[in-house]
Amino acid sequence: MSESDAPIRVVLAKLGLDGHDRGLKIVARILRDAGMEVIYLGLRQTTDSIVAAAEQEDADAVGLSMHNAGHMTLAPAMVGALRAAKLTCPVIVGGIVPDDDVEALLDAGVAAVLGPGASASEVAQVVRDAVAAAEASDDATVGGSKVET
Amino acid sequence: MPVLEDQATTTGDDMTQHHDEQARQAYRRAYQAAEKAGRLRDVPFETMSGVPVESVYGEPPYPGQYPYTRGVYPTMYRSRLWTMRMFAGFGTAEDTNTRFKEILRNGGTGLSTAFDMPTLMGRDSDSQWALGEVGRAGVAVDTLADMEDLFADIDLSGVSTSMTINGPAAIVLAMYIAVAEKGGVARADLAGTIQNDIFKEYQAQKEYIYPPRPSVRIVTDMIRYTSAEMPRWHPISISGYHIREAGSTAAQELAFTLANGFAYVEAAIAAGIDVDEFAGRLSFFFNSHSDFFEEIGKFRAARRIWARWMKERYGAADERSMLCRFHTQTAGVSLTAQQPENNIARVAIQALAGALGGTQSLHTDSYDEALALPTEKAARIALRTQQIVAHETGVANVADPLGGAPFVEWMTDEMERQAEAVFAHLDELGNGSILEGVYAGIENGYFVGEIADAAYRFEREVNEGRRMIVGVNAFTDGNEEGGADILRIGNEVEDLQRKRLAGVKHQRDSEVVARALAAVTEAASSSDTNLMPPILDAVKTYATLEEVVMAMEKVFGTYVEKAII
Repeated sequence: MSESDAPIRVVLAKLGLDGHDRGLKIVARILRDAGMEVIYLGLRQTTDSIVAAAEQEDADAVGLSMHNAGHMTLAPAMVGALRAAKLTCPVIVGGIVPDDDVEALLDAGVAAVLGPGASASEVAQVVRDAVAAAEASDDATVGGSKVET
Repeated sequence: MPVLEDQATTTGDDMTQHHDEQARQAYRRAYQAAEKAGRLRDVPFETMSGVPVESVYGEPPYPGQYPYTRGVYPTMYRSRLWTMRMFAGFGTAEDTNTRFKEILRNGGTGLSTAFDMPTLMGRDSDSQWALGEVGRAGVAVDTLADMEDLFADIDLSGVSTSMTINGPAAIVLAMYIAVAEKGGVARADLAGTIQNDIFKEYQAQKEYIYPPRPSVRIVTDMIRYTSAEMPRWHPISISGYHIREAGSTAAQELAFTLANGFAYVEAAIAAGIDVDEFAGRLSFFFNSHSDFFEEIGKFRAARRIWARWMKERYGAADERSMLCRFHTQTAGVSLTAQQPENNIARVAIQALAGALGGTQSLHTDSYDEALALPTEKAARIALRTQQIVAHETGVANVADPLGGAPFVEWMTDEMERQAEAVFAHLDELGNGSILEGVYAGIENGYFVGEIADAAYRFEREVNEGRRMIVGVNAFTDGNEEGGADILRIGNEVEDLQRKRLAGVKHQRDSEVVARALAAVTEAASSSDTNLMPPILDAVKTYATLEEVVMAMEKVFGTYVEKAII
C-alpha cells in the first residue's frame, strides 16, 4: 500500500469493446500532470485483465471510461471483480453516463462518476478524494488496500 | 435566366481573359444543358424578396470545373439538394426498421445504419465480449435473419443505404446483397455506401479486427467486386469524421483522410485494378465543426487536393475519378451535456458550413447526443434543422456562394498548405509510397500521437479558459436545470437478441455452414481469390458474423494496438 506522500497510482482502461479513447487519454495526461502515476492499459480490457494489472501495479484506483451505454452492466462487474480479488481500490467512471444512472452506480460500489465537461482540477481532485476515502475505510477495517493471499 | 452574363469581366491579360471566357461559356453550356433536360428543381431561384439570383458568381474555375474547388457539379443544389441522411440504429433490427420507416415518411431520402459495438467488432451477441453492449449504441446484426428484419418492407431498389461498419464490412455488405436478392432486387441495382475505411480505425476509431495489410486486402477485394458487380455502390467512404472526433485539428482531419484515400488508390492500383475503374466510386466523409470558415476552407481544399492528386499523381483520366464527393456530419464532440438545447444552435451553424462547403449529404446531430442516443423528438429536430437550412435560407440557390471572398480563399489555401506538409511527411516515411507511409505511420504511432496531442491541447485551452465553450466554462447559468428526456435501451434487448441468435443457430444446417466457412478460410489463405463470393455464400447459410470473422482470423490473425497516451 502506498505511503501517503508517494504518488497515487491509477490504472486507466477501456473495459469491453468500446473504442472511444479520446477522453481516457486526456484523463491520463491530466492525472500525470497532477503528479500521479498512470498505468494506461488502453483498449479492449476485461475485468480480469484490469484486476491483474491493479494487483501487479499495486494500484490505488481504477479509472474506467465508458461511452457506449454499457456502464450499468460493466461498471458494477468491475467493482465485483476487484472485490472478489480482495482489492479495495476505488473504481471511478468517466464518459457518457446519464444523471439518472449515477445514483445506481454509486450504490453498486462505484466511488465516483465524472461527467462530460469535468475540468482537469475536478478530475484530479475526484481521484484524490476517492483514494483518500478508500484508504480511510481500509484503515478502519482491513487495514490495507490489498490483502495478500 | 441568363447565367453569368451580367457579371463584370475579369481583369488580367488577354490570355487569361480568353481562358476565363472559355470557362464561363463552358459553365453556361453545362448549366443550360441541365436546365433543358429538366434537371433543375422546380423552385424560384430568387431571394425571399423576389430578387432573381444567378447560379454562381465570381471567377472561374466554376463548379463542375477542374480542380472543383467550387463544387463537384455545375448546378449543385439547384439540381438536387444534399441528401438528408440521418444515421439511426438501436435495439433490435425491428426497432431500427421502425425508425427507418419513420425517417422515410418524414422526408429523409437515404438510410444510414448504426450497428452496435459487438457487430462493429465482428462479435456475436452471445459472445462474452458483447456483455452490456448488445443493441445499445446501434443495431445488433448476428446473422442474415437480423438483416432481413432490418430492411423488411423497404424497397431496396428505391433507397440509398449507408452502412457504417469497417472491420466486418465485407460480411455485412454480403448480408445486404443477400437480403436484396431474396427480395428480388439484383445487386447491380443496389445504391449506397459502406464505410469500409479501415485505416482510420487504426488511427482514430479503433474498430479494427485484423492487422492492416490483410485488412487492406479485404478492402481491395471489395473494390474489385463492386467495380464488376455493383456499379451504384460506393465501396469505401474515406472518413475524416472519426479522426476529428478523436481530437485532431481541421487540417489533420483533411490531411489524414486524403492520405488514406491515396493509400487505398495505391493499394487498388497495385492489385491490378485500373484507377478509372474504381476511383469514381470512392466517397468521403468529413466532420463539420464549429469554426465556420475553417470548415468551409477545409471542404473546398479537399476537392482541390483530391482532383489534383488523382489527375497528376495517379493518372486518372475520367473526370469522375477526380471528384471528391463527400458526406458531412456535424461534430458530435462539440455537443455539450450542459444546457443541451444549446446544441441545436451549434448543429445549425455546422450544418450551414456543410452546405456552404458543398457537401453531397448531411447528417445533423441531435441535441441530446452528449447524454445518450437521440430520442425520436431530438432526431426530428435535427432533421428539421437541415431542412430549414435547405429550404428557408436561400443558400441552396447559389453554388459556392463564399468563393472569391479573400478570407475564404486564404483559408482554403492554408488548409491545403498544411495538408501538403503531411503528405510530404508520409511520402518520405513510405519512400515514395503514401500507402507504405500510412502503414508506417500506423506502426510508429504517428497518427495516434498527433491526434492525442491536438486533443490535449484543446482540452487544456478549455480548462484554462482561453477557449470559451458556452455552458461549459462560460455562461453556465441554467446548467442546473434538469435534464432532457433521453432514450434508454433496456437489458431486454440483449436477452431478446441472444434468444433470436440461438433460434437461428438451431434452425440452420450446421454441416452446410461449416463447409461454407471452410471455403472462406481457404479463400483467405489464397491472395488471388476474391473473398466476396465465399463470404456471400457463407452468410446465405446463416453463418454468424463472428463465425465468418473467425474463418478469416485463422489466416489473418488479430491486431493489438500499442497503448500510447
